[in-house]
Amino acid sequence: MRRIKSAKLKQTQFPRVAIALRLAGFLLLLSGHLLSAQYVPIVSGAVGFFDSKNTGINFFQPVVAPVVVAPLGKHFLAESRFDLRGFYERKNGNSGPYQGTFVGSTQYLQLDYFATDRLTLTAGRFLTPFGTYNERLTAIWIQKLQDAPLIFPIGTRTTGSSDGVMARGALIAKPAIHVNYIGYFSASSNAAQFQAGRAAGYRFDFYFPGKRVELGTSYGRFLQGTHNNSSGAHFWWQPWRFPLEVRSEYAHGAHAQGYWIESTYRLSQWRGPDSLFGRLEPVFRMQQTFRNSPGPGDGLPGADTKQADFGLDYHLPHEVRLNTSYSRKLSASGNGNIWDISLTYRFLFPMWRGHP
Amino acid sequence: MKNIRSISKYLGSALPLAIFLLGSLLAWAQAATSPQSAGRTPSPPAQHVPTATDRGERAFRANCGRCHNPPEQLSPRITGTVLRHMRERALLSPQDERDILKYLTP
Repeated sequence: MRRIKSAKLKQTQFPRVAIALRLAGFLLLLSGHLLSAQYVPIVSGAVGFFDSKNTGINFFQPVVAPVVVAPLGKHFLAESRFDLRGFYERKNGNSGPYQGTFVGSTQYLQLDYFATDRLTLTAGRFLTPFGTYNERLTAIWIQKLQDAPLIFPIGTRTTGSSDGVMARGALIAKPAIHVNYIGYFSASSNAAQFQAGRAAGYRFDFYFPGKRVELGTSYGRFLQGTHNNSSGAHFWWQPWRFPLEVRSEYAHGAHAQGYWIESTYRLSQWRGPDSLFGRLEPVFRMQQTFRNSPGPGDGLPGADTKQADFGLDYHLPHEVRLNTSYSRKLSASGNGNIWDISLTYRFLFPMWRGHP
Repeated sequence: MKNIRSISKYLGSALPLAIFLLGSLLAWAQAATSPQSAGRTPSPPAQHVPTATDRGERAFRANCGRCHNPPEQLSPRITGTVLRHMRERALLSPQDERDILKYLTP
Protein backbone atom coordinates (compact mmCIF):
# COMPACT_ATOMS: atom_id res chain seq x y z
CA MET A 1 0.00 0.00 0.00
CA ARG A 2 2.81 2.35 0.85
CA ARG A 3 4.35 1.72 -2.54
CA ILE A 4 1.06 2.57 -4.21
CA LYS A 5 0.76 5.77 -2.24
CA SER A 6 4.33 6.73 -3.00
CA ALA A 7 3.70 6.38 -6.71
CA LYS A 8 0.79 8.73 -6.46
CA LEU A 9 2.77 11.35 -4.61
CA LYS A 10 4.26 12.67 -7.78
CA GLN A 11 1.01 14.42 -8.59
CA THR A 12 -1.01 16.68 -6.39
CA GLN A 13 -4.61 16.17 -7.26
CA PHE A 14 -6.49 18.61 -5.12
CA PRO A 15 -8.49 20.25 -7.96
CA ARG A 16 -9.84 16.90 -9.09
CA VAL A 17 -10.81 16.00 -5.55
CA ALA A 18 -12.70 19.29 -5.43
CA ILE A 19 -14.58 18.37 -8.60
CA ALA A 20 -15.46 14.97 -7.16
CA LEU A 21 -16.65 16.60 -3.93
CA ARG A 22 -18.80 19.05 -5.91
CA LEU A 23 -20.39 16.16 -7.76
CA ALA A 24 -21.11 14.45 -4.47
CA GLY A 25 -22.60 17.73 -3.20
CA PHE A 26 -24.87 17.97 -6.21
CA LEU A 27 -26.19 14.47 -5.57
CA LEU A 28 -26.82 15.43 -1.96
CA LEU A 29 -28.84 18.48 -3.01
CA LEU A 30 -30.86 16.26 -5.31
CA SER A 31 -31.45 13.79 -2.53
CA GLY A 32 -32.83 16.57 -0.30
CA HIS A 33 -36.04 16.48 -2.33
CA LEU A 34 -36.46 12.75 -2.01
CA LEU A 35 -35.86 12.17 1.67
CA SER A 36 -38.00 10.69 4.35
CA ALA A 37 -37.37 9.89 8.01
CA GLN A 38 -34.44 7.47 8.54
CA TYR A 39 -33.03 8.28 5.13
CA VAL A 40 -31.10 11.48 5.77
CA PRO A 41 -27.76 11.52 3.90
CA ILE A 42 -24.78 10.73 6.05
CA VAL A 43 -21.19 11.76 6.35
CA SER A 44 -19.13 8.94 7.74
CA GLY A 45 -15.55 7.77 7.60
CA ALA A 46 -12.55 8.39 9.78
CA VAL A 47 -9.62 10.60 10.55
CA GLY A 48 -6.34 9.03 11.48
CA PHE A 49 -2.67 9.53 12.07
CA PHE A 50 -0.28 6.85 10.85
CA ASP A 51 3.37 6.45 11.74
CA SER A 52 5.48 3.81 10.09
CA LYS A 53 9.12 2.83 10.24
CA ASN A 54 10.01 0.59 7.33
CA THR A 55 13.56 -0.82 7.35
CA GLY A 56 14.86 2.26 9.13
CA ILE A 57 12.94 4.91 7.20
CA ASN A 58 10.28 6.73 9.17
CA PHE A 59 7.24 8.52 7.74
CA PHE A 60 3.97 10.01 8.95
CA GLN A 61 0.58 10.15 7.31
CA PRO A 62 -2.30 12.25 8.63
CA VAL A 63 -5.40 10.93 6.88
CA VAL A 64 -9.00 11.98 6.39
CA ALA A 65 -11.22 9.39 4.70
CA PRO A 66 -14.77 10.73 4.37
CA VAL A 67 -17.67 8.63 3.13
CA VAL A 68 -20.81 10.32 1.83
CA VAL A 69 -23.98 8.29 1.31
CA ALA A 70 -27.25 9.72 -0.03
CA PRO A 71 -30.38 7.76 -0.89
CA LEU A 72 -32.18 9.05 -3.97
CA GLY A 73 -35.70 7.72 -3.70
CA LYS A 74 -36.45 4.07 -3.05
CA HIS A 75 -34.25 2.51 -5.67
CA PHE A 76 -31.17 4.67 -5.99
CA LEU A 77 -28.21 5.32 -3.73
CA ALA A 78 -25.26 7.61 -4.35
CA GLU A 79 -22.14 6.86 -2.31
CA SER A 80 -18.54 7.89 -2.33
CA ARG A 81 -15.33 7.53 -0.37
CA PHE A 82 -12.28 9.73 -0.60
CA ASP A 83 -8.82 9.41 0.85
CA LEU A 84 -7.01 12.64 1.63
CA ARG A 85 -3.62 12.25 3.22
CA GLY A 86 -0.35 13.99 3.79
CA PHE A 87 2.87 12.04 3.43
CA TYR A 88 5.84 13.24 5.46
CA GLU A 89 9.30 11.74 5.37
CA ARG A 90 12.88 12.88 5.84
CA LYS A 91 14.54 14.50 2.88
CA ASN A 92 17.39 11.98 2.69
CA GLY A 93 15.56 8.86 3.80
CA ASN A 94 16.67 8.66 7.42
CA SER A 95 18.23 12.10 7.85
CA GLY A 96 17.47 15.71 7.08
CA PRO A 97 14.32 17.72 7.67
CA TYR A 98 10.87 16.27 7.15
CA GLN A 99 9.08 17.26 3.99
CA GLY A 100 5.57 16.41 2.94
CA THR A 101 3.18 16.19 0.08
CA PHE A 102 -0.57 15.89 -0.20
CA VAL A 103 -2.31 13.03 -1.93
CA GLY A 104 -6.01 12.84 -2.64
CA SER A 105 -7.83 9.96 -4.24
CA THR A 106 -11.40 9.05 -5.05
CA GLN A 107 -11.79 5.45 -4.01
CA TYR A 108 -15.39 5.17 -5.11
CA LEU A 109 -18.03 7.50 -6.46
CA GLN A 110 -20.92 5.38 -7.59
CA LEU A 111 -24.62 5.30 -8.22
CA ASP A 112 -26.43 2.12 -7.19
CA TYR A 113 -29.77 1.01 -8.56
CA PHE A 114 -31.59 -1.65 -6.54
CA ALA A 115 -33.34 -3.34 -9.46
CA THR A 116 -34.71 -6.34 -7.55
CA ASP A 117 -34.08 -8.11 -4.25
CA ARG A 118 -31.43 -10.17 -6.02
CA LEU A 119 -29.84 -7.60 -8.31
CA THR A 120 -28.12 -4.28 -7.72
CA LEU A 121 -26.62 -2.38 -10.64
CA THR A 122 -23.78 0.05 -10.05
CA ALA A 123 -22.28 2.64 -12.36
CA GLY A 124 -19.35 4.96 -11.77
CA ARG A 125 -16.13 4.40 -9.90
CA PHE A 126 -16.20 1.46 -7.53
CA LEU A 127 -13.81 -0.71 -5.56
CA THR A 128 -12.65 -3.60 -7.73
CA PRO A 129 -14.34 -6.70 -6.32
CA PHE A 130 -11.36 -9.03 -6.49
CA GLY A 131 -10.85 -11.05 -3.32
CA THR A 132 -12.17 -9.62 -0.08
CA TYR A 133 -9.53 -7.22 1.18
CA ASN A 134 -10.15 -4.39 -1.25
CA GLU A 135 -13.91 -4.12 -0.78
CA ARG A 136 -14.19 -5.00 2.88
CA LEU A 137 -11.01 -4.15 4.73
CA THR A 138 -9.34 -1.14 3.16
CA ALA A 139 -11.32 1.41 5.18
CA ILE A 140 -8.89 2.83 7.72
CA TRP A 141 -11.38 2.41 10.59
CA ILE A 142 -11.81 -1.28 9.75
CA GLN A 143 -8.34 -2.58 8.93
CA LYS A 144 -6.59 -4.39 11.77
CA LEU A 145 -3.11 -3.87 10.37
CA GLN A 146 -1.95 -0.67 8.78
CA ASP A 147 -0.41 -2.23 5.69
CA ALA A 148 -2.30 -4.07 2.98
CA PRO A 149 -1.28 -7.65 2.24
CA LEU A 150 1.60 -8.09 -0.18
CA ILE A 151 -0.65 -9.71 -2.81
CA PHE A 152 -3.10 -6.80 -2.76
CA PRO A 153 -2.13 -5.59 -6.28
CA ILE A 154 -3.05 -8.93 -7.87
CA GLY A 155 -6.46 -8.48 -9.46
CA THR A 156 -6.87 -4.92 -8.25
CA ARG A 157 -4.17 -3.57 -10.59
CA THR A 158 -2.68 -1.39 -7.85
CA THR A 159 -5.30 1.41 -7.87
CA GLY A 160 -7.99 -0.80 -6.32
CA SER A 161 -10.74 1.00 -8.21
CA SER A 162 -12.57 0.46 -11.49
CA ASP A 163 -14.56 2.85 -13.68
CA GLY A 164 -17.52 1.18 -15.31
CA VAL A 165 -20.51 -0.93 -14.39
CA MET A 166 -21.07 -3.72 -11.91
CA ALA A 167 -23.91 -6.14 -11.19
CA ARG A 168 -24.13 -7.82 -7.81
CA GLY A 169 -26.58 -9.67 -5.66
CA ALA A 170 -27.56 -13.00 -4.22
CA LEU A 171 -28.38 -16.03 -6.34
CA ILE A 172 -29.49 -17.86 -3.21
CA ALA A 173 -30.27 -16.24 0.12
CA LYS A 174 -31.51 -18.89 2.55
CA PRO A 175 -30.85 -19.04 6.29
CA ALA A 176 -28.41 -21.89 5.74
CA ILE A 177 -26.53 -20.58 2.73
CA HIS A 178 -26.02 -17.43 0.70
CA VAL A 179 -24.60 -17.64 -2.78
CA ASN A 180 -23.53 -14.17 -3.87
CA TYR A 181 -22.25 -12.99 -7.21
CA ILE A 182 -20.52 -9.91 -8.56
CA GLY A 183 -19.64 -9.20 -12.18
CA TYR A 184 -18.03 -6.04 -13.48
CA PHE A 185 -16.54 -4.30 -16.46
CA SER A 186 -14.12 -1.41 -16.21
CA ALA A 187 -13.08 1.01 -18.91
CA SER A 188 -9.60 2.42 -19.27
CA SER A 189 -9.09 5.86 -17.78
CA ASN A 190 -6.00 7.99 -17.34
CA ALA A 191 -7.68 10.87 -15.54
CA ALA A 192 -5.60 11.47 -12.44
CA GLN A 193 -8.44 11.11 -9.98
CA PHE A 194 -10.11 8.27 -11.86
CA GLN A 195 -7.30 6.05 -13.06
CA ALA A 196 -8.48 2.59 -14.04
CA GLY A 197 -7.60 -0.18 -16.43
CA ARG A 198 -9.81 -1.85 -19.00
CA ALA A 199 -10.77 -5.10 -17.34
CA ALA A 200 -13.60 -7.46 -16.52
CA GLY A 201 -14.10 -9.99 -13.80
CA TYR A 202 -16.33 -11.68 -11.31
CA ARG A 203 -16.50 -13.00 -7.78
CA PHE A 204 -18.62 -15.77 -6.28
CA ASP A 205 -19.10 -16.27 -2.55
CA PHE A 206 -20.62 -19.19 -0.71
CA TYR A 207 -21.50 -18.02 2.76
CA PHE A 208 -22.89 -20.22 5.54
CA PRO A 209 -24.41 -17.85 8.14
CA GLY A 210 -24.98 -20.62 10.67
CA LYS A 211 -21.25 -21.26 10.84
CA ARG A 212 -20.07 -17.84 9.72
CA VAL A 213 -17.89 -19.53 7.15
CA GLU A 214 -17.32 -18.11 3.70
CA LEU A 215 -15.61 -19.56 0.69
CA GLY A 216 -15.21 -17.65 -2.51
CA THR A 217 -13.41 -17.31 -5.77
CA SER A 218 -12.45 -14.32 -7.88
CA TYR A 219 -11.35 -13.83 -11.45
CA GLY A 220 -10.20 -10.79 -13.36
CA ARG A 221 -8.97 -10.31 -16.91
CA PHE A 222 -6.92 -7.31 -17.84
CA LEU A 223 -8.02 -6.19 -21.29
CA GLN A 224 -5.52 -3.57 -22.37
CA GLY A 225 -1.95 -3.94 -23.53
CA THR A 226 -0.85 -7.48 -22.78
CA HIS A 227 -3.97 -9.29 -21.69
CA ASN A 228 -3.57 -11.45 -18.63
CA ASN A 229 -5.61 -13.21 -16.00
CA SER A 230 -5.76 -13.00 -12.23
CA SER A 231 -7.55 -15.54 -10.13
CA GLY A 232 -8.01 -15.95 -6.43
CA ALA A 233 -9.78 -17.73 -3.62
CA HIS A 234 -10.70 -16.69 -0.12
CA PHE A 235 -11.77 -18.31 3.11
CA TRP A 236 -13.23 -16.60 6.17
CA TRP A 237 -14.22 -18.17 9.45
CA GLN A 238 -15.70 -16.22 12.33
CA PRO A 239 -17.23 -18.63 14.82
CA TRP A 240 -20.32 -17.48 16.69
CA ARG A 241 -19.16 -18.72 20.08
CA PHE A 242 -15.96 -16.78 20.51
CA PRO A 243 -14.42 -13.62 19.05
CA LEU A 244 -11.90 -15.30 16.80
CA GLU A 245 -11.70 -14.15 13.21
CA VAL A 246 -9.75 -15.98 10.57
CA ARG A 247 -9.44 -14.46 7.12
CA SER A 248 -7.32 -15.66 4.26
CA GLU A 249 -6.80 -15.17 0.57
CA TYR A 250 -4.79 -16.71 -2.20
CA ALA A 251 -4.19 -14.92 -5.49
CA HIS A 252 -2.40 -15.84 -8.68
CA GLY A 253 -1.38 -13.20 -11.19
CA ALA A 254 0.59 -13.06 -14.41
CA HIS A 255 3.99 -12.77 -12.73
CA ALA A 256 3.49 -13.76 -9.12
CA GLN A 257 1.29 -15.55 -6.67
CA GLY A 258 0.87 -15.55 -2.93
CA TYR A 259 -1.35 -15.84 0.08
CA TRP A 260 -2.10 -14.23 3.41
CA ILE A 261 -3.82 -15.61 6.46
CA GLU A 262 -4.84 -13.34 9.32
CA SER A 263 -6.29 -14.22 12.67
CA THR A 264 -7.56 -11.84 15.32
CA TYR A 265 -8.88 -12.54 18.76
CA ARG A 266 -10.68 -9.82 20.73
CA LEU A 267 -10.25 -10.48 24.44
CA SER A 268 -13.89 -9.60 25.07
CA GLN A 269 -14.51 -12.81 26.99
CA TRP A 270 -12.55 -11.34 29.87
CA ARG A 271 -15.12 -9.10 31.58
CA GLY A 272 -16.80 -8.01 28.37
CA PRO A 273 -15.77 -6.01 25.31
CA ASP A 274 -15.74 -2.69 27.20
CA SER A 275 -13.42 -3.79 29.98
CA LEU A 276 -9.76 -2.84 30.20
CA PHE A 277 -8.58 -6.14 28.73
CA GLY A 278 -11.68 -6.74 26.65
CA ARG A 279 -10.70 -3.85 24.43
CA LEU A 280 -7.47 -5.57 23.41
CA GLU A 281 -7.27 -7.43 20.12
CA PRO A 282 -4.10 -9.32 19.17
CA VAL A 283 -3.63 -9.79 15.45
CA PHE A 284 -1.39 -12.16 13.57
CA ARG A 285 -0.89 -12.36 9.82
CA MET A 286 1.35 -14.63 7.82
CA GLN A 287 1.93 -13.93 4.17
CA GLN A 288 4.11 -15.09 1.33
CA THR A 289 4.61 -14.10 -2.28
CA PHE A 290 6.32 -16.11 -4.98
CA ARG A 291 7.73 -14.33 -7.99
CA ASN A 292 7.32 -16.37 -11.18
CA SER A 293 8.77 -13.85 -13.59
CA PRO A 294 9.80 -10.19 -13.54
CA GLY A 295 6.83 -7.86 -13.51
CA PRO A 296 8.05 -4.29 -13.20
CA GLY A 297 5.41 -1.94 -11.94
CA ASP A 298 3.02 -4.63 -10.80
CA GLY A 299 3.35 -3.49 -7.18
CA LEU A 300 4.48 -6.90 -5.89
CA PRO A 301 7.81 -7.70 -4.23
CA GLY A 302 10.58 -8.26 -6.76
CA ALA A 303 11.72 -11.48 -5.09
CA ASP A 304 10.11 -14.26 -3.10
CA THR A 305 9.06 -12.74 0.21
CA LYS A 306 7.85 -14.09 3.49
CA GLN A 307 6.40 -11.78 6.11
CA ALA A 308 4.95 -12.25 9.57
CA ASP A 309 2.91 -9.40 11.07
CA PHE A 310 2.22 -9.22 14.80
CA GLY A 311 -0.34 -6.62 15.80
CA LEU A 312 -1.97 -5.42 18.99
CA ASP A 313 -5.03 -3.21 18.62
CA TYR A 314 -6.85 -1.38 21.36
CA HIS A 315 -10.50 -0.35 20.93
CA LEU A 316 -10.82 2.86 22.92
CA PRO A 317 -14.23 4.35 23.76
CA HIS A 318 -15.99 6.71 21.35
CA GLU A 319 -14.93 4.90 18.19
CA VAL A 320 -11.24 5.57 18.67
CA ARG A 321 -8.78 2.80 17.95
CA LEU A 322 -5.06 2.40 18.46
CA ASN A 323 -3.36 -0.07 16.15
CA THR A 324 0.23 -1.19 16.63
CA SER A 325 2.21 -3.81 14.80
CA TYR A 326 5.62 -5.25 14.16
CA SER A 327 6.43 -7.08 10.95
CA ARG A 328 9.44 -9.14 10.03
CA LYS A 329 10.10 -9.44 6.33
CA LEU A 330 12.34 -12.16 4.93
CA SER A 331 13.23 -11.76 1.29
CA ALA A 332 15.97 -12.65 -1.14
CA SER A 333 16.28 -8.93 -1.85
CA GLY A 334 16.83 -8.13 1.83
CA ASN A 335 15.29 -8.71 5.22
CA GLY A 336 13.73 -5.94 7.25
CA ASN A 337 11.60 -4.83 10.16
CA ILE A 338 8.46 -2.74 9.89
CA TRP A 339 6.98 -0.91 12.89
CA ASP A 340 3.55 0.69 12.57
CA ILE A 341 1.40 2.67 14.94
CA SER A 342 -1.82 4.45 14.11
CA LEU A 343 -4.69 6.19 15.81
CA THR A 344 -8.06 6.44 14.09
CA TYR A 345 -11.37 8.01 14.98
CA ARG A 346 -14.47 6.84 13.18
CA PHE A 347 -17.31 9.32 12.75
CA LEU A 348 -20.87 8.98 11.53
CA PHE A 349 -23.52 11.68 11.54
CA PRO A 350 -26.46 12.95 9.51
CA MET A 351 -25.89 15.82 7.11
CA TRP A 352 -28.92 17.68 8.40
CA ARG A 353 -31.88 17.19 10.69
CA GLY A 354 -34.24 15.73 8.09
CA HIS A 355 -38.00 15.56 8.20
CA PRO A 356 -39.68 14.52 11.45
CA MET B 1 26.75 -23.50 9.37
CA LYS B 2 24.56 -25.00 6.70
CA ASN B 3 22.49 -26.70 9.37
CA ILE B 4 22.01 -23.42 11.20
CA ARG B 5 20.80 -21.80 7.98
CA SER B 6 18.36 -24.60 7.28
CA ILE B 7 17.04 -24.47 10.85
CA SER B 8 16.66 -20.72 10.54
CA LYS B 9 14.78 -21.13 7.25
CA TYR B 10 12.56 -23.77 8.78
CA LEU B 11 11.75 -21.57 11.77
CA GLY B 12 11.03 -18.67 9.45
CA SER B 13 8.23 -20.57 7.75
CA ALA B 14 6.97 -22.91 10.44
CA LEU B 15 7.14 -20.77 13.56
CA PRO B 16 4.54 -18.17 12.58
CA LEU B 17 2.21 -20.90 11.39
CA ALA B 18 2.65 -22.73 14.67
CA ILE B 19 1.88 -19.54 16.60
CA PHE B 20 -1.22 -18.99 14.54
CA LEU B 21 -2.44 -22.55 15.11
CA LEU B 22 -1.64 -22.37 18.80
CA GLY B 23 -3.53 -19.08 19.11
CA SER B 24 -6.55 -20.54 17.37
CA LEU B 25 -6.45 -23.59 19.62
CA LEU B 26 -6.20 -21.47 22.77
CA ALA B 27 -9.10 -19.34 21.61
CA TRP B 28 -11.21 -22.39 20.99
CA ALA B 29 -10.26 -23.92 24.33
CA GLN B 30 -11.05 -20.73 26.22
CA ALA B 31 -14.40 -20.34 24.51
CA ALA B 32 -15.33 -23.93 25.13
CA THR B 33 -14.89 -23.40 28.87
CA SER B 34 -16.28 -19.88 29.10
CA PRO B 35 -19.94 -19.30 29.95
CA GLN B 36 -19.98 -15.91 28.28
CA SER B 37 -20.71 -15.38 24.63
CA ALA B 38 -18.49 -13.40 22.32
CA GLY B 39 -20.87 -10.55 21.57
CA ARG B 40 -22.03 -7.55 23.51
CA THR B 41 -25.07 -9.41 24.83
CA PRO B 42 -25.31 -12.95 26.15
CA SER B 43 -26.87 -15.67 24.00
CA PRO B 44 -30.58 -16.17 24.50
CA PRO B 45 -31.62 -19.20 26.54
CA ALA B 46 -32.67 -22.32 24.69
CA GLN B 47 -36.41 -21.77 25.13
CA HIS B 48 -36.26 -18.12 24.20
CA VAL B 49 -38.48 -17.15 21.27
CA PRO B 50 -36.44 -14.85 19.05
CA THR B 51 -37.90 -11.41 18.51
CA ALA B 52 -37.29 -9.17 15.54
CA THR B 53 -34.55 -7.44 17.55
CA ASP B 54 -32.86 -10.78 18.28
CA ARG B 55 -33.05 -11.69 14.63
CA GLY B 56 -31.70 -8.25 13.80
CA GLU B 57 -28.72 -8.63 16.09
CA ARG B 58 -27.96 -12.01 14.64
CA ALA B 59 -28.34 -10.68 11.10
CA PHE B 60 -26.03 -7.78 11.98
CA ARG B 61 -23.37 -10.10 13.32
CA ALA B 62 -23.79 -12.49 10.40
CA ASN B 63 -23.32 -9.75 7.84
CA CYS B 64 -22.12 -6.26 8.87
CA GLY B 65 -20.35 -7.49 12.00
CA ARG B 66 -18.01 -9.67 10.01
CA CYS B 67 -15.96 -6.58 9.14
CA HIS B 68 -16.73 -3.98 11.80
CA ASN B 69 -18.35 -3.39 15.16
CA PRO B 70 -21.76 -1.73 15.43
CA PRO B 71 -21.52 2.05 15.78
CA GLU B 72 -21.68 3.21 19.39
CA GLN B 73 -24.32 5.81 18.61
CA LEU B 74 -26.66 5.90 15.66
CA SER B 75 -29.21 8.62 15.07
CA PRO B 76 -32.64 7.22 14.12
CA ARG B 77 -32.66 9.66 11.22
CA ILE B 78 -29.90 7.81 9.41
CA THR B 79 -30.52 4.15 10.13
CA GLY B 80 -32.28 3.70 6.79
CA THR B 81 -29.39 5.29 4.93
CA VAL B 82 -26.82 3.16 6.75
CA LEU B 83 -28.81 0.02 5.98
CA ARG B 84 -29.18 0.98 2.33
CA HIS B 85 -25.40 1.38 2.19
CA MET B 86 -24.88 -2.00 3.84
CA ARG B 87 -27.40 -3.64 1.54
CA GLU B 88 -25.08 -2.85 -1.33
CA ARG B 89 -21.83 -3.53 0.53
CA ALA B 90 -22.76 -6.74 2.35
CA LEU B 91 -25.37 -7.98 -0.15
CA LEU B 92 -28.06 -8.00 2.54
CA SER B 93 -31.32 -9.70 1.78
CA PRO B 94 -34.46 -7.52 2.23
CA GLN B 95 -35.44 -9.58 5.30
CA ASP B 96 -32.02 -9.07 6.89
CA GLU B 97 -32.26 -5.37 6.11
CA ARG B 98 -35.62 -5.10 7.89
CA ASP B 99 -34.42 -7.12 10.89
CA ILE B 100 -31.24 -5.07 11.28
CA LEU B 101 -33.25 -1.86 11.00
CA LYS B 102 -35.37 -3.00 13.95
CA TYR B 103 -32.24 -3.95 15.87
CA LEU B 104 -30.62 -0.56 15.29
CA THR B 105 -33.82 1.40 16.03
CA PRO B 106 -35.72 -0.69 18.57
